[in-house]
Amino acid sequence: MTMKTNSGQPAEIGMAGLFAATWRREFLLSFRRKSDLVNPLIFFLMVATLFPLGVSPEPGFLSQLAPGVVWVAALLATLLSMDALFRSDYEDGSLEQLLLSPQPLFVVVLAKVLAHWVMTGLALTLMAPLLGLMLFLPAEGMPGLMLSLLLGTPTLSLVGAIGAALTVGLKKGGVLISLLVLPLYIPVLIFGSSAVQAAVTGLPLGGYLALLGALLALALGLAPLAISAALRISISS
Amino acid sequence: MAEKKWMPRWFYQLASPRWCYQITGSLLPWFTGAALLLLIGGTIWSLAFAPADYQQGNSFRIIYLHVPSAILAQSAYMLMAVAGAIGLIWKMKVADMVLKSAAPIGASMAVLALATGAIWGKPTWGSWWVWDARLTSMLILLFLYLGVMALNSAIENESTAAQASAVLALVGLVNIPIIKYSVEWWNTLHQPATFKLTEKPAMPAEMWLPLLVMVIGFYCFFAVSLMLRLRNEIIWRERRTGWVRELLKKQ
Repeated sequence: MTMKTNSGQPAEIGMAGLFAATWRREFLLSFRRKSDLVNPLIFFLMVATLFPLGVSPEPGFLSQLAPGVVWVAALLATLLSMDALFRSDYEDGSLEQLLLSPQPLFVVVLAKVLAHWVMTGLALTLMAPLLGLMLFLPAEGMPGLMLSLLLGTPTLSLVGAIGAALTVGLKKGGVLISLLVLPLYIPVLIFGSSAVQAAVTGLPLGGYLALLGALLALALGLAPLAISAALRISISS
Repeated sequence: MAEKKWMPRWFYQLASPRWCYQITGSLLPWFTGAALLLLIGGTIWSLAFAPADYQQGNSFRIIYLHVPSAILAQSAYMLMAVAGAIGLIWKMKVADMVLKSAAPIGASMAVLALATGAIWGKPTWGSWWVWDARLTSMLILLFLYLGVMALNSAIENESTAAQASAVLALVGLVNIPIIKYSVEWWNTLHQPATFKLTEKPAMPAEMWLPLLVMVIGFYCFFAVSLMLRLRNEIIWRERRTGWVRELLKKQ
């Protein structure tokens, strides 16, 4: 890092440097508060446990339900973790400093969201086979499940961050954020669980993965713009 | 100002709350008259004079409520998103107010479309609700409206609330085509189209002409309702200005 130069003008750091600095800060902060890291994963596990209890423990029935249940549980776990994305930065004032800094907000926001994804979405993806086993998902479905979650959860994080940015200034943002974001999650859910189902039945899943990738590309390009705009609006009041 | 002549002057005046209040005030009676005339005439025409459907009998007549409300629910979202974009880009107060006023009207139109669809579905499909692509996307549209309204009422500062809802409305606008196509593909995947309206030959003119009248009538009604809400909103937000006080004193 060449952040600290003695002159009054801001130090020149490139896009990659900025990205890396934000990324490092996010990881440091999260690893010092480990419960925030683990909570969404526990939630993911618990939601998946509720389904056999609530519906039926019969393996044949559960294996039919499994693709949808794992996907819905991953979606809810991501949503649950979104509220904390900007909140502590907002409360200690560092979010305001970020907005005031001359660095492009797009990069900072993208780095923040991707770091958040590594700690939630990627972790959920790695944990998903366990849930698949619990719900008797056939072994053929596992690669489809992992791949679809790998491509789908970053989109969930990016779209969820828009909701988080819009509600960061509010005291009770928790329920509101799910109201705003859940309808926008529907396409990802549809393509994600369809990919798993296709994998289970042995159909080609390239098409679904391509669609999930297209959604991800769109979200990568547009969501940081919306997040930045939303943050500026939330801070201005 | 010579280069701006291609737009009439009143168009620019719409941006000022005061002028907007006056212009909508003079437009209001015309639209009210047109809405009343078209809706009453269209209802009588469609219920009493349009021919009955050869398969569905008279139950198809609910189409004259269902289709206009569904069209309007979508148009109102477009209007809301465009108003949001104008408000964000040019920081126009009136556009913010249009966004806030359009959301509840659009949401109630979506509810009306869903309710009439359910009532229509019972005799034709045999069930109130079917996870059909169009029904599902209308339901999601309603959720988007409810999200915008919830956000708008959660933020106390009026201009922040308007800007935040504008961002959300625009994000929703980008998502609407994605949701529409994903739901359509999902439907063809999960559920063979067992419940489908029997393919009809194109509607004869005696059937679609009253429908057209009803659609235009609904648009006029929407305009009236929007203007009423907008005028209310203008008065409320500008309550501390001189012209509103004078107006209230006069009445």
